[in-house]
Amino acid sequence: MASLTRKSSISLFENYRREHAWQIREFLFTLKLLSRNPSAVAGFVIIVSMVLIALTAPLIAPYNPIRISLSERLSPPSLVHLFGTDEMGRDILSRVMYGARISLRIGVLVIAIAGGLGALIGAVAGYLGRQTDNLIMRMMDVILSFPPLVLAMAMAAALGPNLNNAVIAVAFVMIPKFARMVRGEALAVKEKQFIAAARASGAGNVWIILHHILPNCFSSVIVLATLILGETILIAASLSFIGLGAQPPTPEWGAMISVGRKFLMDQWWYPTFPGLFILLTVIGFNILGDALRDILDPRIRR
Amino acid sequence: MTETLLDISDLSVRFFTYQGIVRALEDVNLTVSKGEVLGLVGETGCGKSVLARSVLRLIADPPGKISAGKILFKGEDILGASRRRLRTIRGNEISMIFQEPMSSLNPVFRVGNQMMEVVMLHQRVGKAEARRICIDMLNQVKMPDPEAVLSKYPYELSGGMRQRAMIAMELSCRPELLIADEPTTALDVTVQAQVLTILEELTRRQGVSVLFISHDLGVIAQICERVAVMYAGRIVEIAPARKLFSNPGHPYTRGLLRAVPLVDEERETLNVVPGVVPGLIDPPRGCRFHPRCAEMLEACGRIVPGPVEVEPDHHVACHLWGSGR
Repeated sequence: MASLTRKSSISLFENYRREHAWQIREFLFTLKLLSRNPSAVAGFVIIVSMVLIALTAPLIAPYNPIRISLSERLSPPSLVHLFGTDEMGRDILSRVMYGARISLRIGVLVIAIAGGLGALIGAVAGYLGRQTDNLIMRMMDVILSFPPLVLAMAMAAALGPNLNNAVIAVAFVMIPKFARMVRGEALAVKEKQFIAAARASGAGNVWIILHHILPNCFSSVIVLATLILGETILIAASLSFIGLGAQPPTPEWGAMISVGRKFLMDQWWYPTFPGLFILLTVIGFNILGDALRDILDPRIRR
Repeated sequence: MTETLLDISDLSVRFFTYQGIVRALEDVNLTVSKGEVLGLVGETGCGKSVLARSVLRLIADPPGKISAGKILFKGEDILGASRRRLRTIRGNEISMIFQEPMSSLNPVFRVGNQMMEVVMLHQRVGKAEARRICIDMLNQVKMPDPEAVLSKYPYELSGGMRQRAMIAMELSCRPELLIADEPTTALDVTVQAQVLTILEELTRRQGVSVLFISHDLGVIAQICERVAVMYAGRIVEIAPARKLFSNPGHPYTRGLLRAVPLVDEERETLNVVPGVVPGLIDPPRGCRFHPRCAEMLEACGRIVPGPVEVEPDHHVACHLWGSGR
């Protein structure tokens, strides 16, 4: 121990590099594969810019997103207002930037809730099997049998229109997607010898599910989450569009389009820019997710 | 030496499948004394692993069911034990090592995490103490550079190292009985010898009893004091290792011993026991070995032979030794 404390931080770093040489190599290889795939790079760039915009919106947005300036209402894109203004004279560029915060936050929250619950439900169903599996998966099938948007609408309407309820509604709709996939993985993992070994060492079901089944399903949950994020953001924006999500004057993309659509004929910029951002974000997540799935799959990883 | 640790009596295990009821174990009687190394040999599919798993009640139910018999561990009825009690028995008092070291460790955690987890849970010690115990155990299984091994993932270890890590993990809780289910089958011969030596040394030092399962008579001869031979779900012969190898009583045992190829033998073909292990859904009536037996008597197809003590501690279940003679 004494010799350990005497070591300089540089040699600790060296140690880390030596001990984890394999992982570091794999990670660099992943980055290399990613950089060789043009659509993946495009998706990656889009998502990273969206995240940066969302994080730094208060710093880089030229105006306060809810500041009303009636003298400038519905002015077209110009150097003063790059994306123009809306019917209250609010700067659309600033509103779209703040909108990125809301949409991404919804996306992440939904994925966290749906991914967490879905994975747990799937792992329990897959590991316990038999009647439990049947009961849980048939319940998931019921949820899956509705079109996601319709079910999310019904849920959000029943809970009351606000952003939190929209998150809950969308998460509810997404749970079965995770549950199904993790159940499949759990079915494969539970036959592995280390599960039997854990049981022989006195581990209970809860312990095995949390410590052995779930961690082994983690990588595919990540990929699925990236793939679903785009859809999530789209559904959340759709809920706001029909008035079941974010309420005005919140600068949410869907809500902005909803109000802006009656200005489409004369003031095209109002609904167009938030729409463009939704489009970009969803496409970005989808192509990044596709690329990740291909790259992380050991069978086609080259 | 004479104190009985594990006492299995009249154990029958069945599997209920679509094809029918598989009678995997039938009236198995077996005892393991304190500090003893008992070998269990038999062909693939004769029920060795089922027997091993039954002791820890690891048979998947359904489709499996322990339909009759008793398993007493230190006088305690394992089949009647509560789930909670069972969990403390598993790992603490009875440990098990499995066949394939390749998949016995969880691939997504470091070896150290997995080992320390077991130690911390079973011995209720802190992290630092658990780490110390693990390093000590890894040293005892002659693992090179234990510190480094703790921070490695299972895929970074070779098969022999993994199996040694498993042995270290299972013995770290100082169980009284270790069930080793073909622990060296997946390893090559030199590594097998190493692992066996380590296993033998450690269990002797800790005074652990071992139920050692193998289909390899050479391995059994090397480390077991007493040997039980299984055939098609029944135990056909139990004897001290020396007596079994010098004077096998059951025709099946003799066949097995004859089938072991010797290096200095000049022969083109291997000696085999003719025929195959019967399916256990509809096993032969009477002695289950009789369709393959060269010395079959009239009674063999009708009556199940009971064990006969042919010399002290040497039991054979065969009509050749019983009243049928």
